[in-house]
Order: sequence, then structure tokens, then C-alpha cells
Amino acid sequence: MTTIAGKEKMLTPEIEAFIEKWKGKPGNLIMVLHRVQEEFGYVPRDAAFEVAEALGIPVAKIYGVITFYHFFKLSKPGRNQIAVCMGTACYLNGGQDLIDECERILGVGLNTVTEDGEFSIEAVRCIGCCGLAPVLTLNGEVFGKVNTKQMRRIIQQFEGK
Amino acid sequence: MAKKTREELRNLREVKKTGIAQRNSSGESIRIIVGTGTCGIAAGAMNTLDAFQDELESHGINGEITQTGCMGLCFSEPTVEVAVPGMPNTIYGNVDGKAAHRIVKEHIINKVAVGDYAFEKPAADIITDETDDTTKKQKRIVLRNCGVINPESIDEYIARDGYAALEKVIFEMTADEVIEELSNAGLRGRGGAGFPTSLKWKFTKNVESDQKFIVCNADEGDPGAYMDRSTCEGDPHSVLEAMTIAGKTVGANQGYIYIRAEYPLAIDRLNNAIDQAREYGLLGKKILGSDFSFDIELRLGAGAFVCGEETALLASIEGKRGMPIPRPPFPAVKGLWGKPTVINNVETWANIPMIIHKGSAWFSSIGTETTKGTKVFALTGKINNSGLIEVPMGTTLREIIYDIGGGIKGGKKFKAAQTGGPSGGVITEEFLDIPIDYESLQSIGSMMGSGGMIVMDEDDCMVDVTKFYLEFSVDESCGKCAPCRIGGRTCYNILDKISKGQGSLEDLDQLKVLAQAMRKASLCGLGQTAPNPIMSTINYFEEEYLAHINNKKCPAGKCKDLLSYTIVEDLCVGCTACARVCPVNCISGEVKEVHAIDQSQCIKCGQCFDKCKFDAILKG
Ligand SMILES: Cc1cc2nc3c(=O)[nH]c(=O)nc-3n(C[C@H](O)[C@H](O)[C@H](O)COP(=O)(O)O)c2cc1C
Ligand code: FES
Repeated sequence: MTTIAGKEKMLTPEIEAFIEKWKGKPGNLIMVLHRVQEEFGYVPRDAAFEVAEALGIPVAKIYGVITFYHFFKLSKPGRNQIAVCMGTACYLNGGQDLIDECERILGVGLNTVTEDGEFSIEAVRCIGCCGLAPVLTLNGEVFGKVNTKQMRRIIQQFEGK
Repeated sequence: MAKKTREELRNLREVKKTGIAQRNSSGESIRIIVGTGTCGIAAGAMNTLDAFQDELESHGINGEITQTGCMGLCFSEPTVEVAVPGMPNTIYGNVDGKAAHRIVKEHIINKVAVGDYAFEKPAADIITDETDDTTKKQKRIVLRNCGVINPESIDEYIARDGYAALEKVIFEMTADEVIEELSNAGLRGRGGAGFPTSLKWKFTKNVESDQKFIVCNADEGDPGAYMDRSTCEGDPHSVLEAMTIAGKTVGANQGYIYIRAEYPLAIDRLNNAIDQAREYGLLGKKILGSDFSFDIELRLGAGAFVCGEETALLASIEGKRGMPIPRPPFPAVKGLWGKPTVINNVETWANIPMIIHKGSAWFSSIGTETTKGTKVFALTGKINNSGLIEVPMGTTLREIIYDIGGGIKGGKKFKAAQTGGPSGGVITEEFLDIPIDYESLQSIGSMMGSGGMIVMDEDDCMVDVTKFYLEFSVDESCGKCAPCRIGGRTCYNILDKISKGQGSLEDLDQLKVLAQAMRKASLCGLGQTAPNPIMSTINYFEEEYLAHINNKKCPAGKCKDLLSYTIVEDLCVGCTACARVCPVNCISGEVKEVHAIDQSQCIKCGQCFDKCKFDAILKG
């Protein structure tokens, strides 16, 4: 992280370079927010303010965009992110049962983070592996044809890592 | 690699073609082709790839291992095609490390196919169109290269007549001739609405403007569908070529592909393809040495279903909240940044190079009276052979489900197929034999949709499925217009009540009234079509709604609030299997004594029911 005039900057030099590259292109805001989220796992408040300044876009407009799109997050997800598919194929093949089991094991509800910050659970729409339904991803790694019994083992694989 | 002129492109194509022909006829090389689309990778295709590498090395065999896109056989991923001299190319399914070991030892060294993993038909019958087998139900136009070429190699695309259509359009055809050709072909938009593609192009071409845009809709919002993802992953150049053709035809110099951020592999493959095309001078300034310039950039979606709607999509490319606006004006006249914009769906695009290359007469000979060509479906749900299929328009649902799909999982009874996702409706048993095209599906209250086809069996409850779709639509409503925002929520609440056994007949009537109102008064297609699942399921499965309302029963045994599990004392032998499997420990009883379920604790997961070997648990 770079420091300017004593105040610590949130955006990394890489992100700033990215913004520089996109600055002249119309409609760049969503691409920049993707880049920010890629770095932090969510869009931190300070980062949003810095993006506003760099692009010359009002903060209100930036929050308008962030809150419209499901993909952008405003709070920090767990260190391990579990995403259970709730697309139609997965729903019909027991996606809800996976979520229920997951909530039971971790003791937290959907879209929340466990107290130790280890795990967060979310429901996502079709990740395009419907042939393997029901499907979940853990930190992006896809697990197909999952049943509730495997759930605990999958979570344990990642615990404390 | 330098930029190419037309002559150089043609030479390259010939060289690559002869190279492939030689390789096939000399019969010397051994090739192993691993399907590494998203679903393949999810099932472990990368490990399979490594396993083959190790096996070949340890046996000292000289063979080529390459990757390809989705072969469409998603139920048996990882899938692998093996080509060995003197044997027909064979496709293997469920290939893990053990299978790789056997394939190398038995198939490659001993020249005997490994029956346990092999598909019955030779590879040519399954994934390519190079046979004249009329018993074959599938026909691959859009997916012609998917599962065949290496999607990261522009040379392989070129060798299969890639960019030949663009050449023709730039050097041999006028804009009007291109539009005429699409019109004669009868190509209609595959994104759902089925609007004639030639008309859109004509509108845009005829508008005077200093700037025009070409947009590819790769937002694929229907949950449970992945045709467009597979096409972008398996054959990215076909989309680029088509967009460039459109640019030349209507007079645009810039194209955008709007793609879901949830598709990282497709994004990588498209970016890679764009780089290659630029290197070859097939994108960028002065394409193929002509004075036509065109370039393409990607723009990422961010998880909003409504952004699949074209006006919302354009707003999103502009970096704004993806809210739809009323049409007209249509994007063809006033689109991106107010400029005339051609917007088509991925599958529509992928058809176009073939139409130009092979001619409209060929294309229009396939399909039905009103709907030409083929349709790609993502066949999923309770079906044995879940996967990506492409069939000529006019194929019946029966052929799709039973001949291609291999019937219903577990020998259960077919109940309905849903097309069009949350905007569509159900097709029931009585319509299994109607030939599929835009008009016929609409006439029975469903729709072609973008290609999701979800098969449901006797265990699926229509109230529950409809509630699922409404929950989706409510979640995805942008909130701009009241009929969709409030109407959708109210419909969902009623469905929720009914699924819990708390609904009344008045609720059912109100549901029908609301559905009509939403259809008529909503601003965009999302709200207008969100009630379709309601109308369609009430139409064909009203008795199921009535069972929930009048008898407080869910005939399919899906709605948990109307369900209870009890132990039949006479049949229980006290084996304790149910108590051990219960995740909330609500089953009690000593070994060899009758067990009991504590109804207040039961979460109705059904695991005890599945576990019991003595039919001693009653579901009802
Ligand atoms: C709510 C809604 C969602 C849509 N989602 C998609 C989509 O995911 N993909 C798509 O290609 N078209 C989608 N469409 C259709 C587009 O608005 C548009 O008709 C299509 O991109 C035009 O291309 P085509 O003529 O090639 O089909 C959607 C429409 C609506 C109303
Ligand atoms: S519905 Fe879950 S992967 Fe498609």
C-alpha cells in the first residue's frame, strides 16, 4: 500500500494502474469495481471513496451501482467462501438441503460470516455445471453431486487452512 | 505472427487443413483430447489431463494431449476422446486416474477399447456432424467446433473454415446481400424472443449515424442454463467472426461482449481469442488488408438477471444501474450511448458464419415452416443424460428426453419439462410429441426461451417449482415499475401460503388476476413474463394447487410444511439406521425396539426415509 500525506491509501498501485488504463473509456465504473472486489473480496468503503475521486464520479452514484448488482459485496466475506448453487437444476436436486446442512454445521445463516471469520455461506445462481447438480463451490473450487453427508467433510478440508 | 492479408489467410487455412488430413490418413499419431469446459474441470478434467501425461510418459509413448470445449456429455464428465491409428476414435466418460491408466494400457497399447468407460458409438457419431447417419437426432451447427477444436487455437478454428465467411463478406458481398442472405436463411434470435435477425440489422444499417455499435448478449441469466457459456468456452472465434461480419454490414467499428462475471473461463477464452484475432489482423485496423476496421472489448456483468434484457444491458455497459427503459425506440435505432446498436445473443451469433459460408438454402432446409436451423438446449434436472444438446427445430420433446436424454432418472415418471426458465412455462406429457419451434411452444403456454430445459419427475411439486421461479423473479426485479415490484412479491406470498397449506380458493383466484395484471402492465420483459410459470402450472396442474388448498396435502411430497414422517410400528425392527442418520437426532429407540420420531424436532430432510430398508417409515 502506498501512503500519501500521512493518510494510508486503500487502492494498491496495481488497481491505480488499472484505473488509469480505463479512465478514458466510457462506462468504466463496473469494470473498476470488479477489479477492486477481486483485490479485497468486497468493496471497502474507503476504496469506494477513492474510486469516486479517481474517476470523478459521485460516491452516491458508485453506491447506486454497487447496491444494484448482486455480485458486489459491501462487507468482508469469510476467509473461506462457500457458495451453494440455487439454480433450477440444483434446486430440484436438493440445493436447499445443502444450504440447511451448511447452516447447521456452521451455526450461521445465509449471507453471514462465522464468528471466527473462517466461513461465509451464500446462495448463487447456476454456475453452469447443472449436469453435476447439486453443486457448491468453496473458494471457487467446484464440488459436484454433493449430498448432505459429504458437506461436513468438505468443510473440514478447509477449516483452519 | 503478423497481420494477414486475404491470400495469407487462405494459404494458412489450406496448410492447416492438409496438416489435419495427413495426420488423419497417415494414421501415425496418437491423440488424447480432454474436454476442459467448466463442467469438465469441475469434475476433475485437469487431474485426468495430468494422469494421461504421466501414463504416456511412463510407457514411453509419443502422443499428443490436447484440450477442447464441452462435448455436451456433461453427465459423464470428465470426457475424453482417444484417437489411435487403426481404431475408430472413441469417447470415454467418467475418466479418472484409474480409467486413464486402463485406457493407455488397453486401448492405446493393446488396441482394445475399454468397454467400462467407452460410449457405444464412435466419436464421429456423438460430437461431429461428419456422418450421414439419419438415425442421429442431433445436428451441430452452433456447436460445430465445441468439443472438437482446441478453443485456444485460432489456427484450428481457421482450419475448419473459420473466418471464411468474414472474408466473403468483406471482399465479395454488399451489405444488402448479407442481410438478404440472413433473411432467406430465416434466422431468428435465439435469446428468447425469436425476432428475425436480418430485420434488426437492416434497421441499424439504414440509420444515418456517425457511430454504431455491435453487442453480444452473453449474460445468460436463466438459472439452470449454460448454452452460451459453453459456446464462448468451446468456440470463441465463431462469436468474434460473426460480430465482425455485422460490423461490416451495418457500418459499425466497435463491438462489446457483455458477459457474466460468473463465467471466468469463458472470459479468459474470449480474451485470448480477441488477442489472437488482433494478431492475425482479423480484428483491429484494416482487417485482412481491406479498409474496414473493427474491434471488440469485453464488459462484465455483475449478477443482475434483468441485465439480460437488452435496454438494461446497454445501461450496464454504460456503467450504470441496469434498469430497462421502455421501447421504442429500439436499440437498433437508438442504443448504446444513443447510437444505433445491433444486439444479438451468443447462439444467434454463432449461427451466422455458417449461414454465410454454406448459404441460406442449406440453413433454411433445416427446421420447421416458421423456425429454421437448430436449437441448443441445456438438458438438466431429473434426466439420465444431462448435458448440452443441439437439435434441428421441429424435433419433439419425446425425442429429446427419451432418445437423447436417455429417459428419466431412476425410472421415475416424467411430469413436465420447463423451458424458458423463470419466464417460461411447463410442457406436459400430452405435448411430448409436438415439434418444437417458437410458435408451437407459445401455443401451449410455454416458450422457446434461451435454451434451458429442466426435466421434472413425479417427485417435483408444481407449486414448489413455481414458488422457486417467483422467488427468483422477485429477487431480480429492478424495482422500477410497480406491477413487477409489488405484483411479483404478492404472487410469491400467495404461493408461499399455498405451499404451507394456508391458502384459500380466493387466493388462487387472486393469483390468476395478479398474473394477468403483471403481464399487461409491467415495464419490461422481466415483469411481463414473470407470471408465466404461474399461469402455465395452474393451467395444467390446477388439481395440485387444489390438493394443497383443500386437502392440505402436497401430492409430490415436496412441500415440507405439509409433510410428516412417521414410523410404522409393525414394520420397524429397531435396526437404529434411521436414528443414526438423523442430522438433528430426533429419532429415539433402543436396539431391536420400535423407534419413534419427535415431530417437534423433525426437519423433514427425508434421510431416515431413504435409509430405512424395511419400508417402516411413512411419508405423507
Ligand atoms: C428479463 C429478460 C432477460 C433476458 N435475458 C437474456 C439473456 O440472458 N440472454 C439473451 O441472449 N437474451 C436475453 N433476453 C433477451 C434480450 O432482451 C434480447 O431480446 C436478445 O439479446 C436479442 O438477441 P437475439 O435477437 O439474438 O435473441 C432477456 C430478456 C428479458 C426481458
Ligand atoms: S443449476 Fe446449479 S449449476 Fe446450474
